[in-house]
Amino acid sequence: MPDKHLSSQFDSDLNSLCSKLLEMGGMVESQTSTAMRAFVDMDIEICNQVIEREKAVNDFEIQVDSACTEIIARRQPTARDLRLVMAVSKAITNLERAGDEAERVAKRTKRIIESGHNHNINVAEIKLSGQMAISLLRRSLDAFARLDTIAAAEVVREDKQIDEEFRAFVRKLIVYMMEDPSLITTGLDMLTIAKAIERIGDHSKNIAEFVIYIVKGADVRHIPHADLVREVQK
Amino acid sequence: MRTVFNPNQNQAAQVLTETLMDNLTEANTPLLPNALEIKNLNFFYGSYQGLKNINLNIQEQKVTAFIGPSGCGKSTLLRSINRMYDLYPGQRAEGEILFYGENILAPKQDLNLLRSRIGMVFQKPTPFPMSIYENIAFGVRLYEKLSKAAMDERVEWALKKAALWGEAKDKLKQSGLSLSGGQQQRLCIARGVAVKPAVLLLDEPTSALDPISTGKIEELINELKNEYTIAIVTHNMQQAARVSDFTAYMYLGELVEFGKTDEIFIKPKRKETEDYITGRFG
Repeated sequence: MPDKHLSSQFDSDLNSLCSKLLEMGGMVESQTSTAMRAFVDMDIEICNQVIEREKAVNDFEIQVDSACTEIIARRQPTARDLRLVMAVSKAITNLERAGDEAERVAKRTKRIIESGHNHNINVAEIKLSGQMAISLLRRSLDAFARLDTIAAAEVVREDKQIDEEFRAFVRKLIVYMMEDPSLITTGLDMLTIAKAIERIGDHSKNIAEFVIYIVKGADVRHIPHADLVREVQK
Repeated sequence: MRTVFNPNQNQAAQVLTETLMDNLTEANTPLLPNALEIKNLNFFYGSYQGLKNINLNIQEQKVTAFIGPSGCGKSTLLRSINRMYDLYPGQRAEGEILFYGENILAPKQDLNLLRSRIGMVFQKPTPFPMSIYENIAFGVRLYEKLSKAAMDERVEWALKKAALWGEAKDKLKQSGLSLSGGQQQRLCIARGVAVKPAVLLLDEPTSALDPISTGKIEELINELKNEYTIAIVTHNMQQAARVSDFTAYMYLGELVEFGKTDEIFIKPKRKETEDYITGRFG
């Protein structure tokens, strides 16, 4: 059986949709890494770059959403085509929200810089989870591009590590703020940044789950990881 | 270790056992019985085999759609169900088609009676060249002797069932051929339901109709399934997805996949089915 549609235009429409998703994913990945650089270097200029580029991510979401609607209206996709279009439509929502989180990191970093407060909060967990979030986002997009369910399952599993880093940082932050209440304002900004990074991990995990949905037709959201692995191995 | 006697324990165990048994019974018993059970059906046009070992159950009061490329045998299967093929010499079916347990392929089968129990509507509307009223009354008279009042009532009932009463009630004496294509097809459906069959076979009933008439027929199918078992052959996959509860995909005389319509159109089990419904069939 051929793997292409009888209508080459349909193939072209679906390929173009996937390319747009990956392009948007690349943009969000770049936003996230730039926001992390701004945070690590405490560079207000880089913060502004992230905030300015956020609008482009939003525009991209509308563009890809419109392409999904058009395919549904014109082609009435079924089976794996339907699953692909639905997954792209949901994945771009996750990407757009991940973009919002990157912007949040930049905005809060900018606020910390502008407040001029000196602090001695150790942000190792934020830096580490930032690197992990960027890696998860990249790998979830790679899994999408290759429809690689095994790679997708690994992304879902590894998201839990970011969650653990976040919890560890929150525990540490509470101690800092209890010891020195003058750190509370900066501490809350740090908390928002850590939470934003943790959310980027969650969005990457969601995208990875959509990859499994496209390939296997199984909805693996909200199920234990062992069950997810079983679905992937089926 | 001391064992504490719980007076409710036995009662709880009994309730649990009963619940489990109920669940087991429910799981093993289909919600509705099968109107038709097709077993090892083979069909021959002379020496050419049109159907190859078809096994399929059609559930009562459900819509079952047959899809597949031209020549795959879906219309042949439909024509076997009321033995329409008997009209043509050289065509024969082997195997069993059980209609509520009775093998309709048996030679002793009364075909007129069978076709009153299993009605058929064809691709092109085929009203008789007589009045709208007579189109419906004609078939009823073959099987029942009704008074004028009872026949009037039956005609009205059938036209209402086919959602045609509103448009036809003032012109019952006019020729059925004076109606539009969509109305003619609904007249044929009214004619089919007038003899109160158990099963309605629809062979591409909307392929010659415009979208509005198609919409009306699909709405009608949805209403009729509360009382009738419906099998529909369609080339329009979106139509199969819209109207049916179960879908069968056929190819080269074989049944490739049969299952719930939702599953077939979202996650078919067979790659051949997926290739066909996604338009990858070449």
